[in-house]
Amino acid sequence: MHTHDHYSAASLQILIAFPFILLFVFYLVAVGLSNRKKRSWPVYRIVVWSFGILCAILSLIGPISNLAHTNFSAHMIGHVLLGMVAPLLMALGAPITLLLRTINVHIARRLTAILRSRPLHFVQHPIIASLLNVGGLWMLYTTDLFPMMHENMLLYVIIHVHIFLAGYVFTISIIYVDLTPIRKSYLYRSVVFLFALAGHSVLSKYIYANPPIGVAKDQAELGSMIMYYGGDTVEVGLVSILFYQWYKKSSPIFINGKEAFTINNDKKFTVVGTDIEEVKRLNANAGMSYRELNEWFARQQSKAQTSTKKR
Amino acid sequence: MTTSMYASTDYKQNPHKRAYAKQNMWTGILFGLGIVAFIDEVAFHQLLHWHHFYDKSTTDIGLVSDGLFHAFSFIATIGASFLLADLHRRHAFWLKRWVGGILLGAGVFQLYDGIIQHKWMRLHQIRYGVDILPYDLGWNILAALMILVGAILIYQTNHERGG
Repeated sequence: MHTHDHYSAASLQILIAFPFILLFVFYLVAVGLSNRKKRSWPVYRIVVWSFGILCAILSLIGPISNLAHTNFSAHMIGHVLLGMVAPLLMALGAPITLLLRTINVHIARRLTAILRSRPLHFVQHPIIASLLNVGGLWMLYTTDLFPMMHENMLLYVIIHVHIFLAGYVFTISIIYVDLTPIRKSYLYRSVVFLFALAGHSVLSKYIYANPPIGVAKDQAELGSMIMYYGGDTVEVGLVSILFYQWYKKSSPIFINGKEAFTINNDKKFTVVGTDIEEVKRLNANAGMSYRELNEWFARQQSKAQTSTKKR
Repeated sequence: MTTSMYASTDYKQNPHKRAYAKQNMWTGILFGLGIVAFIDEVAFHQLLHWHHFYDKSTTDIGLVSDGLFHAFSFIATIGASFLLADLHRRHAFWLKRWVGGILLGAGVFQLYDGIIQHKWMRLHQIRYGVDILPYDLGWNILAALMILVGAILIYQTNHERGG
């Protein structure tokens, strides 16, 4: 019985860690493919992606995962790694942008259409993403879900997948490094982030006093502090990136030593004052681009050639 | 703390400070709020171990308030640092107004912490196992003083020609 349990635990670990190994391989292959055709992909993105994968795998296979069933502190370290550190690092790897660079235009268009679809749009809203992330944790630690997770293998997989995905979606709903269908202002995202982080802090202190079912009091206290301070550390990184992006974007323009004030109505202007959205709108109505026209012309010619040969 | 000291030296370096008077004040207030919470965490929780992570008499509203202010202090400190950098690159930094903001923000947070969170919500006490009254008095009087000085500095810069 014992050996059977052990066997299934090991295979379970490999089962949920395997997708991350695949993602790592795919990412490297995509970098190789895209570097042959386009400007070389930044090395730091490869580094952060690799460390993100490493964090996720560390939380799923090996000592932390083995201990997590009996030791709540180990469980919490795993949670911070899988739900917070790994999503942040992996999001900085900009995987969707890399993917779009690698595949051909037609598939890329279809993919962006899927990414803009209603359900995916919905979960990427900062408030929804926060609720999925922090609300999910509240459900896990304050209901019967926590003891059930260690008995039911399917539930274990679903919860771990949810922790990672919710963490990832939350990260990309707050900081924009990759393709982002929804854009909210910096203030909006900061306020949502404030409440999400507060919800996380409150939950960790709540666990201190009210241990999840089946967790001893001293373990809950230590685990709670790991969640509280570990969460802080990661969130400091996240919010620094958010504000740094604001700092870069709101850089003042100086004309003859005097600052030029721009009217801010949420429109994006280039340095010379071109309204980017307006250009895009006009482009969409403009018909075929130069390259598309050439391609179309080439097709017409080859058609004409084949038809003359037949005759 | 004479007005001439700031007005004369700052004037040429930071010609745009009047236009950014509001941002100077808010940058200070946010930084003050954040820095007090940070000192509270590092000095009283971690180094002195006077404050407790959790107190049995903590009310639910106390827990929510603590969580919100904890999150807010982080975001405020980091945000205020970037806002400060922004003021500098716009040549709009106004030291006196910024310091006034810091004192105001720090005082308001400390007073809130000392009266609402410690006493009314009973989150935790300043120190355990001692007569708490002198600590509470010192804590809250210091807070009131910071608010007073901060408010005076802000008031003075309201009427001062910044350049």
